[in-house]
This record gives sequence, C-alpha cells and structure tokens, in this order.
Amino acid sequence: MIVGSQKPIDEIWNMVKDYKKVLVFGCNTCVAICHAGGEKEAETIASLIRMKASQEGAQMTVDHMGVMRHCEPEYFEPALDKVRSYDLVLSTACGVGVNFLSDRTGTVPVYPGINTSFYGAVEAPGVFKELCAGCGNCILHLTGGLCPIARCSKTLMNGPCGGTNKGKCEVGPEVDCVWFQIVERMTKLGKLEKLAEIQPPRNWSTSRDGGPRRISMEHIREFEEKEAAKTGK
Amino acid sequence: MKSGSTLEKVLASGQPAVTAELGPPMSADGHEVVKKAQLLKGFCDAANITDCQTAVVRISSIAAAAIAYQNGLEPVMQMTCRDRNRIAIQADLLGAAALGLKNCLCLAGDHQKFSAAGKLKGHPGAKNVYDVDTCQLVGILKKMRDEGKQEGGDPLEVAPQFFVGASWTPMGDPIDFRPINLLKKVNAGADFIQTQGIYDMELFRKQMEKIRNMGLHERTAILAGIIVPKSAMMLKYMDSSVAGVSVPKEMIDRMNKAKAAAGEDKKKMKELQEQEGIKIAIELIQQALETPGVKGVHIQAIEWESAIEGIVKAAGLYPRPQV
Ligand code: SF4
Ligand code: SF4
Repeated sequence: MIVGSQKPIDEIWNMVKDYKKVLVFGCNTCVAICHAGGEKEAETIASLIRMKASQEGAQMTVDHMGVMRHCEPEYFEPALDKVRSYDLVLSTACGVGVNFLSDRTGTVPVYPGINTSFYGAVEAPGVFKELCAGCGNCILHLTGGLCPIARCSKTLMNGPCGGTNKGKCEVGPEVDCVWFQIVERMTKLGKLEKLAEIQPPRNWSTSRDGGPRRISMEHIREFEEKEAAKTGK
Repeated sequence: MKSGSTLEKVLASGQPAVTAELGPPMSADGHEVVKKAQLLKGFCDAANITDCQTAVVRISSIAAAAIAYQNGLEPVMQMTCRDRNRIAIQADLLGAAALGLKNCLCLAGDHQKFSAAGKLKGHPGAKNVYDVDTCQLVGILKKMRDEGKQEGGDPLEVAPQFFVGASWTPMGDPIDFRPINLLKKVNAGADFIQTQGIYDMELFRKQMEKIRNMGLHERTAILAGIIVPKSAMMLKYMDSSVAGVSVPKEMIDRMNKAKAAAGEDKKKMKELQEQEGIKIAIELIQQALETPGVKGVHIQAIEWESAIEGIVKAAGLYPRPQV
C-alpha cells in the first residue's frame, strides 16, 4: 500500500488560513490503513483546524468527508459537485489522490494534508516499512524477493558495499542492510551462486522518464467499452 | 600494458607496489595539494586522491589528481557512484584521461549522511545518484578502454586508457560473501584491488586463502590496506565503529601501554602513541607482503602524510623501483 504521514498542524494552518470554506477530504484505502488520511483522520484534522481558527480569531467553515478511493473517478464523481462548492479542498489522500482531484476540480485548489512517503507494509502494529520503489522493472527474482532498490541506501545491484556492519547499513544502526539479508536469504534458498552474476547498468527509464509513466491496457478498455454499449450507457 | 601507469608497471615487474593516499582540502587551496604531494612523492608508486571522502565537499579528485600529476606524483583518481550519473562519470573520465591521468579507483562512496557525522554540517540532505554501482562502473571503464565504446554503445575515437581499480572489504559482513564480492569486481574488469584497512592479519590470511583457491590473486593485483594507527582511541574506534575492521585486543593494549608510558605528559602521550603506531604499521606491511597472493600495500596515513616516508623506508620499500 501507499504509506503516508500527517503534516504538522502548523504547516496545514499556513496552507488553509486564508480560505473561508474548507473541506478536509479523506481517502479510505491505503492512507486509512496507515492512519494518516482516512475519513477518521480527516475528521480529526478538520477539528484541529477549527480549534486553530478560533484561537486565531479567523472566520472559517471546516467540514470533512471521505470516499473509498481518490484515484478512481467512480468513487469521487458522485461527490464532485459538493467538493467543488468549497474554497479549498485539503486532501488527505496520497499524492496520487491530490493530483487526480486537482485535474478535476476546476477553480477549486486541492492542497496536500499528508506527506506521501512510500510503498510499504505493516511491519508491526503501527510500524510501516518501505519495500518497493515502483521502479517499473522488477528484479526480485534475482534477489530472493528482497528489493535492493527500495531498501539499500545506495540502490546497489551487485551485492553489499563495504559499509555493512553487523547486518546493519552504514547509515545507522536503525537501518537493516538489505544486502546482508539478501545474502542470507539466497543462502537459505540454496541460490547464493546466482548473486555471483553481474547485473549490468539498469535502464532507469522505467523508473523515471520523460513525463508521467503510463500503462494502457487495451483489452480492459475494449471490454469496458463493450459493456457500456450493452447497458446502453 | 593497459595504461602504462607507474603503478601498472611496478606490478608488472613483480615487485611489491606501494600506494598512499592524499585527501584534498575543503577549500580552493591548491597549494595544500602540492604540499601533500611533495610529502608523498618518491615514497609510493601512486597516491589515491580521495573523491569527497565521507561525502564532505573538497577539491574534486580529478582536479587534485591533475595538480598532483603536474607536481610529479602519480595519482590514482577516485570515482564514486554517489555523486554522478553515467553521463557525468564518463564525461569526467574522458576529461581525466585528457589531463594525463592513468589510474582510476571505482567506489560506491560513503553515504551523504556521513558528511554530518562529525563536527561538520555537511550535506546530509543531498540527493545521492547511484545510477550505476561499483561493479557496473568498473565495467564501464573496461568497456571504454578495451572496446572503445561508451556505456551506451557510441564509439570513442580516442579511448581513455585507465588502469582500473576497485576497493574490497575482505572482512566485511557477510564475511562468506566477500570472496564472491571480489570475484564480481574482477570479472567486471578490476586490474587492481585496494583493501579496507587490515589489523587482524590472521583473519585476512584466511580470506586470502579462499581468494587463492578461486585463483583471483592471479587475475587482479591485490594491495593490502594499511591504516597507520595514531592512538589507542583511534584503534578502539576503528574496532567498534568502522565496518569490516576488527582490531585484535593485543594491539589496542600495546597502544595503551605506549600511552601510559608518557605519564601525565599530553604531548608525550601523542608522540609515543604515534611512534608505536608507525611500528605497528611497519609490522602490518611486512606481514601483509608475506601473505601469498598479496602484490603490494595501500598505506593510508590519514591527515598525516608526513609519516609515509619513514614507514616506507623502515619497511624496506625504499627506494621505489624505477620502471
Ligand atoms: S525491483 Fe522495482 S518493482 Fe521490484 S520491488 Fe524493487 S522497486 Fe519495486
Ligand atoms: S550497508 Fe547495505 S543497505 Fe547500506 S548502502 Fe551498503 S549495501 Fe546498501
């Protein structure tokens, strides 16, 4: 999932203070699971803004709502008219949601209520850890399923650097060295010799290219168009 | 000859090679490089010019290497993967070759976080690059030299002729993987290897035995890293905090004894420890050179370049061969 964390209230206040009618708009998928930006968190942020407004003597209406996903029109389109009736939308969806909404709200600005951090998983209750960097050319079959791009501080592709220290990364004792773990795992899988193969320089254009990356699935489009024709929509 | 560098020629002659290290200053003071070059000249076959070591901004390795070269010291320029993508790396390599530089050591580079680890502010918020890693960088240098091609495939009418080096941490974690690590660098094209500083000679010899069994000592020239110890404190720090370095307890005790011999005299404490450190370095050099498969030593006297002359002479490595 996409993991994010709330922005400090002072930063949020600086974004919203000049607006009269503000909607804090939550997203109930990834960012709800990481307790950063679901409807519940949107409600909390809305009340924090109201408190701040009354402290500062600012006249302001602050509402909140949430939808299942900000990244698919079918979820927020029914709410779009309501959304557009505000001066400002503070979206607590991930950056994808903020972008997607901004493309569709006309003259109403959409500001970010959270910092979108990474693609990660729940390591322990309340602890989220980055595990993938969305590089667009997955090589996990070569590294025992552990990602050196997302998890090595230097995105090394050919084994550990000289900085590995007792299984920790050279950047600090709180960071595991993923190459230490990859070697351990490949040993366990009986595939250590695989790591002796040299991985050539990567083509990073799958990771960061000219303009946004796009994936177009023709068969899905055709199917949806046919379905729409059938139902006469 | 691949590059015709002095380092390559000494190694080809079969005599033990000596490299040293020169850290460029954190300012535009080129004289500092000249001064340090003069201290090292004649006492090593080539000197590494560090590339913003610990991610601290200094005169660039190439510029300082060119200054050293103009002042009669053969440099080993260093190239980290931290600060440049493959476009900048290759452009710098072409420039370095055009300036007459012949040796290049490929490194991953210390993480930018290190720049703020000491008293300095550094640039811990810098974005690191790592477009390629060390193995890939070694491969790029080899391809440029041997195939006359850029990484992308475009031809080089005049190819840079580098003697290509890489670093190796023989006792780093995970220790059983380190020989494979070296194998990859050698397969990628490393002509010479400089190791991380070695204090635990026994353990190093065990690793070298594995390397000999793999035949790697015949495919690349391994130079054992010797970091001249300055004090008991430094040895303790290296033992506890520097990755891939362990210092035998007896060595730390020995340094502590030297320190204690000075009583309360602070100046003498420093002197006696430095003298002992030099003795330790000389012994380590001799032990390293007695280790089968080791072709030379890489002696680092960090911010203490003046110590090199005495060490090299006492180790019986002076005068350096004229090749
Ligand atoms: S290799 Fe790329 S796609 Fe696969 S886990 Fe790592 S970053 Fe994600
Ligand atoms: S210590 Fe491990 S995780 Fe850290 S940069 Fe080196 S190889 Fe990567």
